[in-house]
Formats: sequence, structure tokens, C-alpha cells
Amino acid sequence: MNYNWNWKIFFETSADGRHTWLTTLFIGLGWTLTTALCAGIIAFLLGSALGVMRTTPHKWAVKLGNAYVEFFRNIPLLVQLFLWYFVLPELLPNAIGGWIKSMTPPWASFVPAVIGLGLFTAARVSEQVRAGIQALSRGQGQAGTALGLTLSQRYRFVLLPMAYRIILPPLTSETMNLIKNTSVALTIGLFELTAAARSMQEFTFQVFEAFTAATVIYILVNLITVNLMRWIERSVAVPGFIGPPDVGGGGH
Amino acid sequence: MGGFDFNVIERSIGYLFREGMTFTLTLTGLAALGGIIFGTLLAMMRLSSHKWLSLPATGYVNLMRSIPLIGSPTPIQVGAVASSVITFTLFEAAYYSEIMRAGIQSIPRGQVWAGYALGLDYWQTMAKVVLPQAFRNMIPILLTQTIILFQDTSLVYVLSITDFLGAASKIAQRDGRLVEMYLFAALVYFLMSFTLSYIVKILQQKIAIIR
Repeated sequence: MNYNWNWKIFFETSADGRHTWLTTLFIGLGWTLTTALCAGIIAFLLGSALGVMRTTPHKWAVKLGNAYVEFFRNIPLLVQLFLWYFVLPELLPNAIGGWIKSMTPPWASFVPAVIGLGLFTAARVSEQVRAGIQALSRGQGQAGTALGLTLSQRYRFVLLPMAYRIILPPLTSETMNLIKNTSVALTIGLFELTAAARSMQEFTFQVFEAFTAATVIYILVNLITVNLMRWIERSVAVPGFIGPPDVGGGGH
Repeated sequence: MGGFDFNVIERSIGYLFREGMTFTLTLTGLAALGGIIFGTLLAMMRLSSHKWLSLPATGYVNLMRSIPLIGSPTPIQVGAVASSVITFTLFEAAYYSEIMRAGIQSIPRGQVWAGYALGLDYWQTMAKVVLPQAFRNMIPILLTQTIILFQDTSLVYVLSITDFLGAASKIAQRDGRLVEMYLFAALVYFLMSFTLSYIVKILQQKIAIIR
């Protein structure tokens, strides 16, 4: 195979004529992280609400939560993004649809990407929140009732603080999945890290350099995420109860 | 809601399923088969006591799991279809290997020792004692991963391959019927994944009763 390695390519001017390719990749990383962060906030809030709903004694709330999860888990993420990007503006009343379609380039794909990824990830977060709450012993909720707490107080002060600590490790994997999944938004025109690497490949034909750089960046982001989450895990751990073994979470 | 033409689905349904869904299912099948075989080998390597076997396997799995599927180029030029099969197999192997590792670890150590005591070598113990049980225990999770794979194959859209979504997208753009076609694609994916997950759930309960 005749392949011309050229690692200096990163310092050459990129297709936009202003930045180097390296800067272009980091602009892409910026979009990746911004999208993941915004979608993550939606996913966390909505996912928590849905997860709580699915553990309440209210039948309708459980059914509604289950229906949401089934809907968002059984349609591929790419198709969901297409629904938000292509289909939604057509189904809304003309005034709103037209306003959405007239958004300027980065926002026109950023907003649907954040909504799509946020709602998709919310379904998965809600599964974890539900599992976390159900992992607690029945007695905890009952003790709350015995103390005269209302249903919402029980969740607020007894169940959720422990459930969140239990599900921190799977939430870490989910955060990493979310960061990776932002790359799917390149199909609706979001210029995130993978899109930046692809554009670099198309303009320079230096496919290996472009994707090696992207891979290294993804791995670094992953490592930072994992360590950040571990740090959170350690700092919120309840001594002697749950948490990583090195904080004295013995007894299990 | 005026101006929609759902006849476009009726007109293109043959093409969608004969061309598109056939490719989607073929890719899912090939990648699942290749991924499970390669993934099982990776799991066996990871559990090996030889560092030179377990370290590369661990590195491979961690690398594959940390980069997005959509952005991975194949190292050799073989055309879009072969490249999609190779990429999906290499990627899914990492995920299947984690499942198989859990499966192998779920078999009590004593069974391996019993195998060795009977005079079986490593491969015989694995093939006749450990792996059959590991597979059986992991069938529901392997199938769930395959449903995820089925959904993920829609990502070949970026390679302009005519999978189910690719076919729907081609008709959508040719006839200017994005809304109808994408809604229909979502419905089909939903029904298929939902039915399969339901079957997996029943299977899981059946296996749980036997054990």
C-alpha cells in the first residue's frame, strides 16, 4: 500500500482557510462536548423524573414511563435524529416550522441534536434510576412512611440520595456513550469531532492521521470523564455504606 | 396535516424490504456471527493467565469501546459493503466479548478443574464444559446486544449503502416525501425491535424457570 504519511498536516491551513487542521479538530471537540453536556442535562433531569415515575405506586405513571422508554429505546438514534431534524418542522404549524427551518447553520443542527440525544439518553438514564431505587431495601421507603414523610419527601430525602450513589458507575458508562453518540449528529450536519476528522480526510486524504487524532482525543475525553466520575463517586460516598472499596465501604 | 402522501410507502414497500431490509438483516446476521466468534476468542484471551494474551485483548476491547462506531474507517479499501461488515464485526466483537467474559466467569471454577481432572485439555474443557453453559446463560443478553446491533446498522447511512434506512432515505429524497418515509422507517424499526425484545423477555423468564 502506498500511503504518504504526513503528520505535519495538522499544522497546515484547513478548508475554512483560517484555522489549522488541529484547531479544526478541537472546534469539533468543542461541539461534541457542548452537545453532550446540553443533552446530558436534559437526559439527567428527564431520566430521573421518568425513573421516579416508574417506581411510584401510581399505575398510570408507571405505564407512561414504560411507554416512553419502549418508544425511545426501540427506534435507532439516527432515525430519531432524522425525525427531529426533518420531520418535526413539517408537522408543526407553519409559523413555528418555518421559524425552525430558518435557524442559522450551527443551531439548525445543534438544537435537534441536543433534543434528540437528550430524549434518547433520558430513556436509558430512567432505566438506571429505576434500577437504583429498586436496589434499595423496601424498609427504607417504609421507614420514610413511618416517619410521616409524604411520597415526594420520601424520594427527595430517603430514596434518591442513595439511589444516585448506587448508579454512579453505570451513569459513567452512559456519559461515555452519550459523548460517543454525539457523532451520530454529523448526519444532520453538526460539525462535531468525527465530522471534523471526516472533513480533514476528505480534503487532505490523510485518513490515518485524521482518525488517529480523533481516536486519541476520544480516548483522552473518556479517561477524563471516567476519572471525574470516580472523583465524584469518592467524594459523595457514604462511609461504611456504599461506594468504592477504598473509602472504607467494607461489610459487603 | 394536508399535503401528505402516504401512498409513497405503498409504492416503494417492495424496494424498501427486498433491497433495504434484506441488507440490514444480512449485515446484522454477519456482524453478530463474526462478532460472537471473535468476541468469544477475545474473552478467552482476556481471561488467560498469560499476560501477552490478556493485555492485547483488554487493550483492544477498551479501544473499540471508547471510539464511536460512525467515525471509524477500515484500514483497507474493500468497498462500502465489505467495509461495513468488517467495521461492525470488529466493533461488536468488543461488546460481545464483555458479555462472553461475564458468561465464562459465571461458570464455577470447580467445573474447569473437574474438566482437567478428567484429562481434558484447555480447548476440550472450554468447548465441552464451559462455553456451552456460558452461551446458554448469556443468550438473553447476547440477543439484546444483537437488537442494539440491528438498530446500529442504520449508521451505514453515512456510507451511502442501501440498508433499510438508506432505501427509505433515497425514496424520501427522490419523491420529496421525507416526513412520510422517515415516520414509516421509525415505525418499522420500532415494531421489529419491540417484538424481538418482547421475545427475549419471554425467553429470559423461561430460562430462569429451568435454572
